[in-house]
Amino acid sequence: MSDTNAVVIIDYQLGNLFSVYQACLHAGLHPMITSEKRDLLNAQAVILPGVGAFGDAMMTLKKLDLIEPLKTQVKKGVPFLGICLGMQLLFTESEEFGHYKGIGLIEGSILRFSEKDRNSMKIPQIGWNTVYHPDPNKWDGTPLATIEQNKFMYFVHSYYAKPEHSDLILTQTNYAGLEYCSAIHKENVIATQFHPEKSGEIGIKFYRNWAKMINEYYRSEG
Amino acid sequence: MGRPEDFAKYYYEDGADELFFQDVVASLYERNSLHEIITKTVKEIFIPITVGGGIRTITDIRNVLRAGADKVCINTAAINNPDFIRQASRMFGSSTIVVAIETIRQTDGRYLAYTDNGREYTGIEATEWAERVEELGAGEIVLTSVDRDGTGDGFDLDLVTKITRAASIPIIVHGGARDSSDILSVIRDGNADAVAVASILHYNYIKHHNSEKACSEEGNVEFLLSRKSFSKIQNTTLHEIKEFLQLNDISLRL
Repeated sequence: MSDTNAVVIIDYQLGNLFSVYQACLHAGLHPMITSEKRDLLNAQAVILPGVGAFGDAMMTLKKLDLIEPLKTQVKKGVPFLGICLGMQLLFTESEEFGHYKGIGLIEGSILRFSEKDRNSMKIPQIGWNTVYHPDPNKWDGTPLATIEQNKFMYFVHSYYAKPEHSDLILTQTNYAGLEYCSAIHKENVIATQFHPEKSGEIGIKFYRNWAKMINEYYRSEG
Repeated sequence: MGRPEDFAKYYYEDGADELFFQDVVASLYERNSLHEIITKTVKEIFIPITVGGGIRTITDIRNVLRAGADKVCINTAAINNPDFIRQASRMFGSSTIVVAIETIRQTDGRYLAYTDNGREYTGIEATEWAERVEELGAGEIVLTSVDRDGTGDGFDLDLVTKITRAASIPIIVHGGARDSSDILSVIRDGNADAVAVASILHYNYIKHHNSEKACSEEGNVEFLLSRKSFSKIQNTTLHEIKEFLQLNDISLRL
């Protein structure tokens, strides 16, 4: 089993999965794009990507009957990577266009950037920004392990995550003076607001490190 | 000038933050050739890719995104039917929809938007159009000064300042760069959020790659190498530009 590294990229009809797929290939993984519950349950690792609206995404995931199998896999300890909207969906709730309940694996909420607070803030944030963590040891054993602090990653978003427990924060980013959580780490779950598959060679390094984590997980599982 | 996918790889490796494919003669070729180029490019290049030229329908957008692009850039179709911006940004998200504004300065100092790379007059005032496309849901604007494009006369700071004041979405400025100091001034003085360059890099690329036969077969390389009409443009590389900007306290990825 450990020689295949079958990574399921969940397709819920939003956004461009092509680069996620290619990044997985470059990292030596064996990706598969699917919306099938059965594939998700057989996955050795799972990626929840996503661009678009929170409410629509939750509705589609429900319609495809993917929420329960996703939770099952995470609880089982299967390596999991959420990207952009795929990070936000893991939280308890979002204020995007009203109020929506998320998958609820991470306690906290998704808030909108507000130009009222900071007049120089352009929304959405579209572009490159740095990621860092005050505690340099925080990245040990994560996909950021070999990446230097304050490297640039590519972001596209209007909403940001606010986890209830700050010890889950893996990276922080400062946008127009607002410091927010740009990645989280909770046990087997890694999730990033930035797009590692659009962040150049540093992003590919991130995928390679994640692939290493998957290998280690299955080696220790026997 | 040569194979777009070779340019793409070269610029990716030299530190480009985003690639912009503009098919200026979209209607003259089969659309599928561009899709193939995108798909080939995306396999090796892990930065955002924007594709423009000849995008007129929701289906066009879907096909370009499916080929692997992250964003599309619309001009003519947006001017002909502004509601197209609204539909497209609702369907694909604002951050996927870039609107190109191509301007020509009038003798009275006003800037008007044109389509078809400055060939078609619209009579629409550029700053008003910038405000309007933001309202309609565009995520970014690519602003081109047709007067300056490819000339090496520097950016039109008056135009850039007017547009960055009018709209609060990111403005990518294009057209006119002679050297790195032009790029610095359009960021610092014009408040540009990003700068798109072509000429100042392409010629350097050609110089280094002109031995490649495939390249010379596909483009008018002799004309480019003679560089008669581009004498003001300084050849440089992305890496040099970025080092220069960083030395001048511009925060960027290097």
